[in-house]
Amino acid sequence: MKQVEAKSCPIIANHIKVALVGQPNVGKSMLINSVSNAHLHVGNFSGVTVDKTEVLFDYKEYHFTVVDLPGTYAFTDYTIEERVTHEYLCAENYDIIINVVDSTNLEKNLQLTSELLTMSKKVVIALNMSDEAKKENIEIDATYMEELIGVPCVKVSAATKEGIEDLIEAVTLKHESEKNKPKLIFSEPVEEEISQIVWYLDKHKFKAENSHRNIAINLLKGNKKTYAKLHDEPIWVELQPILIEASRHIELHHDSDDIKEAFAEEYASFNRGIVAEVVKQKHQQEKKTVTEKIDSILIHPVLGIPIFLFFMWSLFQLTFEIGAIPMDYIDMFFSWFGDTIGSTIANDDIRSLIVDGIIAGVGAVVLFVPNIIILFIGIALLESTGYMSRVAFLLDGFFHKFGLHGQSFIPLVTGFGCSIPAYMSARILKNDRDRLLTLFIIGFMSCGARLPVYVLFAGAFFSPEMAGNILFVIYISGAMLGLIAAKVLKLTAFKGVDEPFVMEMPKYRLPSVKLIWHTVLTKTMMYLKKAGTFIAAASMLVWFLSNYPHNLALEESYASKIEVAVDTSTKEDLKFELDELLLEQSYLGTIGKFSEPLFAPLGFDWKMSVALQTGLAAKEVVVSTLGVLYSLGGDVDEENNSLMGAISQNISFASAIAFIVVIMIYLPCLAASVVFTREAGHIKYFFYLFAFTSIVAYVMAFIAYNVTLFLT
Amino acid sequence: MQTLLDCHKACKVKVIKLNAKTDLKQRLISFGIMKEATIEVLEHAPAKSTIEVKVGKMRIALRAQEAKLIEVEKI
Repeated sequence: MKQVEAKSCPIIANHIKVALVGQPNVGKSMLINSVSNAHLHVGNFSGVTVDKTEVLFDYKEYHFTVVDLPGTYAFTDYTIEERVTHEYLCAENYDIIINVVDSTNLEKNLQLTSELLTMSKKVVIALNMSDEAKKENIEIDATYMEELIGVPCVKVSAATKEGIEDLIEAVTLKHESEKNKPKLIFSEPVEEEISQIVWYLDKHKFKAENSHRNIAINLLKGNKKTYAKLHDEPIWVELQPILIEASRHIELHHDSDDIKEAFAEEYASFNRGIVAEVVKQKHQQEKKTVTEKIDSILIHPVLGIPIFLFFMWSLFQLTFEIGAIPMDYIDMFFSWFGDTIGSTIANDDIRSLIVDGIIAGVGAVVLFVPNIIILFIGIALLESTGYMSRVAFLLDGFFHKFGLHGQSFIPLVTGFGCSIPAYMSARILKNDRDRLLTLFIIGFMSCGARLPVYVLFAGAFFSPEMAGNILFVIYISGAMLGLIAAKVLKLTAFKGVDEPFVMEMPKYRLPSVKLIWHTVLTKTMMYLKKAGTFIAAASMLVWFLSNYPHNLALEESYASKIEVAVDTSTKEDLKFELDELLLEQSYLGTIGKFSEPLFAPLGFDWKMSVALQTGLAAKEVVVSTLGVLYSLGGDVDEENNSLMGAISQNISFASAIAFIVVIMIYLPCLAASVVFTREAGHIKYFFYLFAFTSIVAYVMAFIAYNVTLFLT
Repeated sequence: MQTLLDCHKACKVKVIKLNAKTDLKQRLISFGIMKEATIEVLEHAPAKSTIEVKVGKMRIALRAQEAKLIEVEKI
């Protein structure tokens, strides 16, 4: 028992657990990459939406565990990132904080630092991007700064790997030494109130882990956790009036009714003081920085949007053109693999389960890996260069009209490719409600897997010249419906105050190859693992439902008929007939028959109903199901003219229109639904999505069916 | 009363008051938009729906609604 514990929780004498904290865009992830050398072990915490990354490495006689916390501007719980970081810092066990700051923007970064200093934790400040600072003629006196704030300050550069060793050395030293007493000094009136409270706590010999000074500061700042702790203490009765009085004085001094605002001003003036002392910037004439030059083109009021559309178009072309190249090989590999494995298994049922069920299902997921890698590289590039924020800036106005956020654009566009990466990329939305709303309407962007269905139906009912236009109309009307749905959801389910849009526009940076490789690799592995394990299970289920229960009598009677038949075409026909009958009496067929009355108002027969339901597993299955059901055998594709013929004969025009509408709107495939549920954070959202898409699909299809009937 | 939204491109102003509710106010403060801070307007998005400003060395994008809550005066 003890051994197991020691293994899972490696807190031993020479172990240092470091929390890496910093504001967004200060190069934290890059720093963590250059700190740890060859022995990089990266694991993802199973956070709901935001992942903390942990890196392990050894230095001298110490084992280091570095936890890379999401970037946060201050200790406000505004975004998921901030909440994760704040909670981790307050509740988890760790030995020391490395506070990463951007040397080129020290004053802004110190805002978080000064809050960290009130936590009574060991802190080391990493003055990152010192190489950039040098270029901008910014000189920071780290020794003097160390003296002024009372914590070690080390100049580093994640890009050039300068000072990395010094930083780890400083962490080690700090770890061995006493807790630091940071010298955070406020204005005189505030200091007076603090010492009043400290004096009171001292007098009553109040015992706490945090220093009395920090407790006093946290109380004055209105820190809820500190309040909760002291509220149960007997001294609270006397402390409360002192606090009320103190807060009133500070508010009066700052001419504000908001104590938090008052403290923010205190911190800011302290930071200004530090910066004035330690930073020397040789005066430069005001010339445009590179970022400003790039911005003058990329966020130009007229040119900005066309440029962005061009980038997106290129990304799509790349995703689907280059992604298509390895797809054939992957497809070939899996059918070869299936055949090879299949030939070694004697039992028909087991072979069918493994080859048609698991290998075919998993193969279908792996097939999309090239697309996903390219898309992820593209998105990582957009993010790490800083362009994503510009896109949000440009598009927020338009999207806001529909209740969406500027940053919703990326997941929505990705949705035209595949819903799975689209759901995953919705993480760039910081606000829960914005993200949920976006997740709900991603499905309206018709994914690549629905294309075969559209092609089939457009081909069956329209002339070849018209079919292309019809396809375009289907895609556009899907997107428009999505925007309308967003508006409706915003007015009903996601009602509430508009979430504010306040966002940093970071400097443009050249992306680091290592970092992008790293991000893409982790994301792709996650896709393979999660969607892969899941789709294997789902494929088994669909396989089972369409193959059972067996009807031996039927099979035998057909087997003898097939044997008697003379020419091969009759044999084939008989086989299809058998397939159809078997499917009709399988569980899936039973479900289809059972649900037929439900779909009757839309003009669907039981075959179409079944196709819709197998389509819940994956949209590609709709075509192959229809193929089987209309007596054509399993392996048909959208270009099979006789299936088109069968469909135009058996299905009325109005039913076909209604069918397309349902395909356009209803629930995306099972794999996507699972990813949706994970990204939304709760299973209940899946049921909401199911209800929402089903109702909308049904109503829209009903309208489309009746309008078409009326018109034709 | 002049707000940040009324400012033209390239104009420099000083913040007098934040009329935002607590959460948003905290957010603005964490971005350095607080009393006495100097703000420079850099760019307007089409239809002035969003504006880009510079506070210290940081560039920040704000929606028009948020910019309207920031009371400023010319310097």
